[in-house]
Amino acid sequence: MSAVLDDHHDHHDHHHAPPKGIMRWLLTTNHKDIGAMYLWFSFIMFLTGGFMAMIIRAELFQPGLQIVDPNFFNQMTTVHGLVMVFGAVMPAFTGLANYMIPMMIGAPDMALPRMNNWSFWILPFAFLILISSLFTEGGGPNFGWTFYAPLSTTFGPDSTAMFVFSVHIMGISSIMGAINVVVTIMNMRAPGMSYMKMPLFCWTWLITAFLLIAVMPVLAGAVTMVLTDKYFGTSFFDAAGGGDPVMFQHIFWFFGHPEVYIMILPSFGVISAIIPAFSRKKLFGYASMVYATASIAGLSFLVWSHHMFTTGMPVFGELFFMYMTMMIAVPTGVKVFNWVATMWRGAMTFETPMLFAIGFVILFTIGGFSGLMLAIAPADFQYHDTYFVVAHFHYVLVSGAIFSIMAGAYYWLPKWTGHMYDETLGKWHFWLSTIFVNLLFFPMHFLGLAGMPRRIPDYATQFADVNMIVSIGGFCFGLTQLLFLYIVIKCIKGGEKAPAKPWEGAEGLEWSIPSPAPYHTFEVPPKVS
Amino acid sequence: MHLSRYLRSGGALLASGFASVEAMAGEQTKSMRYNMTEGVTEISQSVYSLHQIILWICVIIGVIVFGAMFYSIFKHRKSKGVKPATFHESVKVEIAWTIVPIIILIGMAVPATSTLRKMEDTSDAELTIKVTGYQWKWRYEYIDYNGRKLDIDYFSNLGTSQRQIHNKEKKSENYLLEVDRPLYIPTGKKVRFLITANDVIHSWWVPAFSVKKDAIPGFINETWTKVDEPGTYRGQCAELCGKDHGFMPVVVKALDTKDFDGWLNTEQEKVAEAKRIEYEAYGRDWPLEELMTEGKKIYDAKCAVCHMPNGEGIPGAFPALKDSAVALGDISKHIDVVVYGVQGTAMQAFKDQLNDIETAAVVTYERNAWGNDTGDAVQPRTVRDHKQQATK
Repeated sequence: MSAVLDDHHDHHDHHHAPPKGIMRWLLTTNHKDIGAMYLWFSFIMFLTGGFMAMIIRAELFQPGLQIVDPNFFNQMTTVHGLVMVFGAVMPAFTGLANYMIPMMIGAPDMALPRMNNWSFWILPFAFLILISSLFTEGGGPNFGWTFYAPLSTTFGPDSTAMFVFSVHIMGISSIMGAINVVVTIMNMRAPGMSYMKMPLFCWTWLITAFLLIAVMPVLAGAVTMVLTDKYFGTSFFDAAGGGDPVMFQHIFWFFGHPEVYIMILPSFGVISAIIPAFSRKKLFGYASMVYATASIAGLSFLVWSHHMFTTGMPVFGELFFMYMTMMIAVPTGVKVFNWVATMWRGAMTFETPMLFAIGFVILFTIGGFSGLMLAIAPADFQYHDTYFVVAHFHYVLVSGAIFSIMAGAYYWLPKWTGHMYDETLGKWHFWLSTIFVNLLFFPMHFLGLAGMPRRIPDYATQFADVNMIVSIGGFCFGLTQLLFLYIVIKCIKGGEKAPAKPWEGAEGLEWSIPSPAPYHTFEVPPKVS
Repeated sequence: MHLSRYLRSGGALLASGFASVEAMAGEQTKSMRYNMTEGVTEISQSVYSLHQIILWICVIIGVIVFGAMFYSIFKHRKSKGVKPATFHESVKVEIAWTIVPIIILIGMAVPATSTLRKMEDTSDAELTIKVTGYQWKWRYEYIDYNGRKLDIDYFSNLGTSQRQIHNKEKKSENYLLEVDRPLYIPTGKKVRFLITANDVIHSWWVPAFSVKKDAIPGFINETWTKVDEPGTYRGQCAELCGKDHGFMPVVVKALDTKDFDGWLNTEQEKVAEAKRIEYEAYGRDWPLEELMTEGKKIYDAKCAVCHMPNGEGIPGAFPALKDSAVALGDISKHIDVVVYGVQGTAMQAFKDQLNDIETAAVVTYERNAWGNDTGDAVQPRTVRDHKQQATK
C-alpha cells in the first residue's frame, strides 16, 4: 500500500507549499485551508447575525416603537435566524469536520477535495444574495426563518425569489459537505481504525451527514414550491386553489426537526472529546454514546409535528407526536449521564475548553428540560409561539451548539496555530459569556410563561422590565464575543509554542502530529492498534 | 391533591423571588407574573398543574444530575492530587439510566393524555362563535345560541392609538391589549369557537382559557371553553402574520348569563338599526365634505396601516394611493378593489367590514385626499348598485 502511495508522489507535480495570495484560498483543495475558511466565514456570519439580534433587542429595550418599523423588525428576526442557522452554526461544524476528521481518522485529506472547495465557495454568494435582499425595494424576507405559507407566498415581498435561491445554494453546499464527510469516513480511515474506534466526533458527524442528505432536499422542495406558488401560479399551499397551508408546515418541519439535531449532534462529538481529555479518564460508555446518537437521529424523523400542535391535528396525531418527542429525552439523558460519569472520579483541570464543555452540559440540559416541557401537548398550547420557545431554542443553540464550537475552537487552536491561546483571556471569555447568556435567555422563560408572544416588535407594559434586562444581557453577550476574536488573532500571531499534544489527557491521532499541523498530514496512513 | 398544593406553593416561592424586580416596576406599569397563569377554566387549571408537575420533575432531575456533577468538579480535581479512575463502561448502569427516565416519562404522559383528550372534546356546546383572523384584526360571528340562529357579526380592532405606540402619548393601562369591540361570552356555558382566517395564518390565544388555536385560511379549526368567573380576559395573536402581528390583541368579556342575554338582544337590535340607516342613506345625495370627514376616519382606522396616513404606501410592499391609477381612474374599478380586494395580493376584501355608506366615504376620501382632487363624491347607492351588478 505505501509503495503505491510513494509512486503517486514521484510522478505527480504535488505541491508541498501552497500558492501565494488570494489564489491560494480560491483554488485550494486542502482540507485545513477549507476548514479554516469555513470557520472564519461562520464567525463573520455569527457577528452579522448577532448585529441583527442587537437591532431586535434595541427595539425591544422599551415598549413602543423607537428604532425600526415593524416590517423591518420582521426582516431582522427572519434574517437573524437564517444567518445563524445556515451561516454560523452549520458552517462552523462543517469547518470543524473538514479540519479535524481527516486528522482524526489518519487520512491525508477529504475524499472529494475539489467538491470541498466548491461547497465552501458557493456559500458566500448565498449569503450575499440573502443579505442584499434587505436592500431591495420592499425589503428582504419578513416571514420568519420558518417562512410559513401563505405569508411567504401570496403575501411575501418581491425579494422572495432571492431568499429561495439563497436557500437553494445553502442546501447544495450542505449536501456536498455531507457527502464528503460520509465518503471520507467510510473510505479513508487508517488501517486498524475500525468504526467503533473512531473518535465520537467522527461518529456524530457521520450520522449528521446522513441527516443532512436526507432532509436538505426536503427544504429545497419546500422553497421551490414557495417559488412556484408565488411566481408561477401554482397552489401547493393556497387553499383557494385546492392546496393546503398546513402541508407547508409538515414539509418544513420534516426538514426542520432533523435540522435541529444536525446543529447539535456534532456538539456531542466535540464535548465527548473534551470532557475525557480534561478529566484524564476515558469517555464513559463509548458504545452507548454511539447508539444514543443514532437513536436521536432516528427519532428526529418521527417528531416533526410537535411544532404544529396548535394547527388542529387529530387527537391521535397529537398523542403520537407527544410520546415520540418525550422519547427523545431518553437517549439525550444517556449522553448527559455518560458525560457526568466520565467526570466522576477523574482528575479534572479546568482550562477554557473544559469550562465551555461543562457550561455546555449544564445549559444544554436546561434547554433539554424546557424541550421536554414543550413536548407535553396540553402545556404546549400555552408555551407555543411565546418567548418560552425562544428561550428554549436559544439555550440549545447558543449555550449548546455555539458553546461547543467555542470549546472545540479553544481545544484545537494550539493544533491549528502552533501557539497556546491566552488562558486568562479565555477564562474571561467563558465567564462573561456564561453570565450574559443566562441574563439574556433565562428571563425569556418568564416572559413566555407570562404570555408574551414571540416575533412582536412591541409589547404590553408589564413585560417592560424583563425585556430591558434581556436586552442588556444581549448587548453584553454580543460585545463579549469580540473578545473571542481578539484571543484568536492574538493566538495566530504568537504566544507560547504549543507542543504536539498540549493537553495531558487528550487522545486521538490529531495529537500525534506536530503543532501547527503541517500543510499535508498522514500522506502515509498511520497504523492504529 | 396534596402534591399539587405543594407544587403551587413552590410556584409562588419562585415568583416571590422576583418580587424585588416587581417593586422596581413602578406605578405606570402593571406588575408582571413570572409563571404560567392558572386561568379561569377547568382546562386551564389542569394545564397549569401539568406545567407545574413537569417543571418540578425537571428541577429535581436537574438538582440530582448537576449536584453529582458539581460534587465531582469539587472533589475530583487534579489540584487535589487525585489519581483518575480507569472505569469506562457498565452495561448495568446504562440500562438503569435508560429505564428510569422511561418510567418517569410514562408518569408524565398519563395526566397529559387525559387533559389533551378533554381539551379536544368540542361536543355539546351551547353557543357557537366563528372567529376569523384578518391582517391585523379579528372578526367575530355569532352563529347560534341554544339552537337560536344569530346574525351578530363584527370586527375587533386594536384599541391602542398610534400616538401611544410611537411614544407621543402616555401608554394606557392595557397598552396593546385593548380593542374597540371585545368578544362577549356567557359564563357557565360551553362555548365552541370555529376558527379560520381570511388571508394568512393567525393564532387565536387567550392564556386565561388555555386556548390557542391556529386560524388557517381555507380550513376551520374547532376549540372550546367554559368560563366560570365573569371578567375581562386578554390575549394576542400568536402566529407571525405580517407587519402588524404584534398589534392584533384578543379581548374576551365573560358576562353572567343574564347580562349576556341582555347584550345579545341589544346587539340584535343594533344590527336591524344599522340596516335601516343604510337603507335611508341610499335615498339622499351626500355632499363631498360629509363623505370626506367620514372617509378620513375610516381610512385612518382601516387603510392607513398599509397605505400609510399620507397615502404614499410602503414602496415595494404596499402600493401608494396618492397619484395612483386606481384612485384617479375609473370609479367603479376603485369601488371594486375596496369591496372585493385584489386576488393574490395583500389587499383584502372589505365587503364584510364596511357598509355601503362607509365604502362610499372611504373611496371618496382616497379620490380627493393628498392632492388627488378628482372632486368625485361617491354615493352610497353607487356602491350598492356596483355590488348588485357584480353579484349578477
